[in-house]
Amino acid sequence: MIGGTKIAGVVAILALAAAPYAIKEIYYVNIASQILLYAIFALGLSVLVGYAGLVSLGHAGLFGVAAYAAAYLLAAGYGHAVAVLAALAIALLATAAFAALSLRATGISFIMITLALGEILWGLAYRWISVTNGDNGINVATRPEPFGLPLVSARGFYGATLVVFLLAVAATAIFVRSPFGAAVCGTRDQPRRMTALGYHVWMIRFWTFMFSGLLTSVAGILFVYYNQFISPQALALAASAEGLLMVISGGAGTLLGPVVGAALVVVVKNVVSGYIERWNFMLGAIFVAIVVFMPEGLVPGAVRLARAAWRGISRARTEARAPFAEPKP
Amino acid sequence: MTALAVKALSKSFGGLRVTTNVNLAVAPGERRLVIGPNGAGKTTLFNLITGELAPDSGSVLLFDREITHLPSRNRAHLGVARTYQIITLFARDTILRNVTLALLGLSPLRWNPVIALDRQRHFLAAARAALERVGLGHIADRPLAETSYGEKRRVEIAMALAQNPKVLLLDEPFAGLSIDERSDVRKLLVAIPRDVTIVMIEHDMDTALELADRITLMHFGEVIVEGTRAEVVADPRTREVYLGE
Repeated sequence: MIGGTKIAGVVAILALAAAPYAIKEIYYVNIASQILLYAIFALGLSVLVGYAGLVSLGHAGLFGVAAYAAAYLLAAGYGHAVAVLAALAIALLATAAFAALSLRATGISFIMITLALGEILWGLAYRWISVTNGDNGINVATRPEPFGLPLVSARGFYGATLVVFLLAVAATAIFVRSPFGAAVCGTRDQPRRMTALGYHVWMIRFWTFMFSGLLTSVAGILFVYYNQFISPQALALAASAEGLLMVISGGAGTLLGPVVGAALVVVVKNVVSGYIERWNFMLGAIFVAIVVFMPEGLVPGAVRLARAAWRGISRARTEARAPFAEPKP
Repeated sequence: MTALAVKALSKSFGGLRVTTNVNLAVAPGERRLVIGPNGAGKTTLFNLITGELAPDSGSVLLFDREITHLPSRNRAHLGVARTYQIITLFARDTILRNVTLALLGLSPLRWNPVIALDRQRHFLAAARAALERVGLGHIADRPLAETSYGEKRRVEIAMALAQNPKVLLLDEPFAGLSIDERSDVRKLLVAIPRDVTIVMIEHDMDTALELADRITLMHFGEVIVEGTRAEVVADPRTREVYLGE
């Protein structure tokens, strides 16, 4: 079983690495890059929503802080390394402030505080014109060339995004299997008991928020390099809600779920919208179908259906092998 | 020296006085039974001792150390463990994971985000040993959702015992159990060594009385009678509280 999972993982990675060469059209390579960068965003949100049980409606704000910080520093003439590292540091500081304010509550109140904080950042992006250039946004002239590899081409950028994506998946996998990850799930299910057992529930949530913020910031920086442009739209409530939809439709609290959810949203938004004018309606219909038929999300839902099917097949087999068999005395 | 002392402890919820000037002194190794009708303030007293509630006045001492204002989690590290009257377990996990979380709570390992918990052999072995102690070793890997109520009660106790507490607070460990299950849990409690001090809330007198060294009777947030088993049973105030004479 473990061997099977490992082989499937290696096959998946090879397929992802080969994808840009199999896809002829550059447009679709770019779509694939978008899926990967949004998957990192969704993974970060899923750590908080699925494992810590804290639903954030303000994550696009953190995504935007990282993106704006990188864009601002690049536009000011700093190098890529400085801009990226400083953007990460600034976004993590913003995450710490976000966490300190919102972790005063859980449940609905937590959602409302994160929503409010996200809206404040969105408002800042619009109004703090001297820094953000307001509605006009900030242009980023170049993409970096890490180790001499240019990311200007769509395939080059896809490769870099894939490496970052794989690192993010690995980090999340390690995180959720660790003792700390077990404690995070404990604070989701029984915070009172966790306190009585000796855990610092607030601190556990705080560091989980920080890890979530780190992944979100990484996605934000990839986003600004992908578009080579950032505007307040990226911080809007709709962007936070979209992230949440990726997590919930794919399956919160699973590794693969947010990735599948990100793929679904990006494909519907970019590809289906080319054929159907009212693509929002399409997206809505898909989510309604998911909620009705697989309320736990696509990945856990598919696993459940596959197991049920497997059980059905093996039962049919046993019955076929011994039709009307009666126990012999 | 007392293992656990409560001095002039008071707590009100608005106008309702749930704990009124309560004094309690439990010697090391003692088995103390706290009885009283519903709403007498027994569980509130436990919540004040563990720090889940903050008292309005008075103090709580653990081995003569003042812990009144210590956060709840720190009291666990000093050796206070409790079980809950209403089962408070991790329903999505296996029995083993429940007990592992109890062990992890007191270990510095709980902050480690990079090692795999499933590979911490000594940890899992200790969790299995704690389950053997309460007779649940054979179903350690079963999801909690697939266990009976009686088994869940024993998981509650296993989690508290796994932490090697100095003071163990049991909130109605026999509640809702069948006669057979009661006798299992009774055996389990009798087997706890005397270096653990036990304070137990219980309504089931037949089972609980024989476990107790001393008994405290509470009513409307106050301690009415305290003494040995015979003293409390013979006291007219006990009859008054329970029978309303």
